[in-house]
Amino acid sequence: MHGSPTGGMPNQGAATHGLAALLLLADSRLPAGGHAHSGGAEEACRAGLITGADDLSRFLRGRLATAGRVAAALAWSACSASASWELLDAEADARIASPAQRQASRTQGRLLVRTARRIWPSATLNDLAKALPEGSHHPIALGVAAQAAGCTPDQAAMAAAYTSVTGAATAAVRLLGLDPVTVHRVLAELPYDSVIAEQHDWSALPAHAAPALDLLAEQHLRTEVRLFVS
Amino acid sequence: MSANHDDHHEAPDGHNRALRLGIGGPVGSGKTALVAALCRSLGPSLRLGVVTNDIYTTEDADFLRRAGVIDPARITAVQTGCCPHTAIRDDIAANIDAVETLEERFGPLDLVIVESGGDNLTATFSRGLADKQIFVLDVSGGDKVPRKGGPGVTSADLLVVNKTDLAPMVGADLTVMSRDAAKVRDGKPVLFTSIREDKGAHSVAEWVVGIVGSWQHEHGTPHSHSYLS
Repeated sequence: MHGSPTGGMPNQGAATHGLAALLLLADSRLPAGGHAHSGGAEEACRAGLITGADDLSRFLRGRLATAGRVAAALAWSACSASASWELLDAEADARIASPAQRQASRTQGRLLVRTARRIWPSATLNDLAKALPEGSHHPIALGVAAQAAGCTPDQAAMAAAYTSVTGAATAAVRLLGLDPVTVHRVLAELPYDSVIAEQHDWSALPAHAAPALDLLAEQHLRTEVRLFVS
Repeated sequence: MSANHDDHHEAPDGHNRALRLGIGGPVGSGKTALVAALCRSLGPSLRLGVVTNDIYTTEDADFLRRAGVIDPARITAVQTGCCPHTAIRDDIAANIDAVETLEERFGPLDLVIVESGGDNLTATFSRGLADKQIFVLDVSGGDKVPRKGGPGVTSADLLVVNKTDLAPMVGADLTVMSRDAAKVRDGKPVLFTSIREDKGAHSVAEWVVGIVGSWQHEHGTPHSHSYLS
């Protein structure tokens, strides 16, 4: 009942479609505005908390284990749901302490939904857009976009886990001139699978907080010179 | 329902919406000055909105707000994450969002100007974002720039060569620039300006009035949305 565009095609076709869609969704070239968000990395670079590949690796591990885990759980939930978007969005709100991060997440969610509706038209995406016109949180948008594209909830969660760190990594490459190959090795060594799990009870979704990321996001908004939205 | 209630997902066919005009060009060529000049000249007759793509800050947006040429609320600044060309060409989502938000809040509008962050000669606007585009050079970059071409110079709907008042000081030959530009642009228009001396950039404003007129002839004059009724 996921409105897969491959309905009527052999199962193998559907599975391939989901995997290809996962690649498209997780690609930084997806035109949904992600390139302008650093996930706190810009502020961390400015504050001297990220100065090289080792710092960046620790930053990304922390990000994946906290914000990434929560995003993956929300995306898994959204990908397997068909209604009650306000409720899931409220669960996301409750798990993001920083108003700046909530705002950045909603902005990215709004942009992603708009983009996804043109790529993978679906009634569920339409419902999400109507339920949350100012933008759902990004992982929810990602989960529903993944559903519309024919991905499994695990694939949606993987996309959320992956994109929770890739934007920050790219931002550090741009801001500090780090060797992009070194940074990609760092990305290749991250434990993405460890943050992906089935979610069947929204009230029990993980709520791993990262106070440092919250503070970086708030400080970033107050910084005069900034290249990234968040 | 709130003004933002409506869906953004329709593929834009241009019907009943503002003409979207991209203004690009290298750093310091006078893009923001041109936007200010157009607001000054066109503000009295056209319903305007402006989106800026600053590289570091909201400096361009602030300049326009201080210039007092347009209601400050009608200016939106978009951040581009170190990649100004990405935001106007490869991933236009944030700019589309800004344009549509301006149209929802202040619409109907006749013209939304999207100013790119200062970039290089290869930067052009996606057709998904800008219906028409102006590329701005200045004479102090050297009179060889038009000859070097690049997508901005060759394909823009209008090429503006600004700061002609500086030509004698930097040894730029305007005849050479004009001849080279004509050669690489296949007959598309080129205008020479000195916005410092002509605060309304009147020749450019006249060209913009022309394209807005053609746009509205083809797509209708934007009026209040009624599709909720």
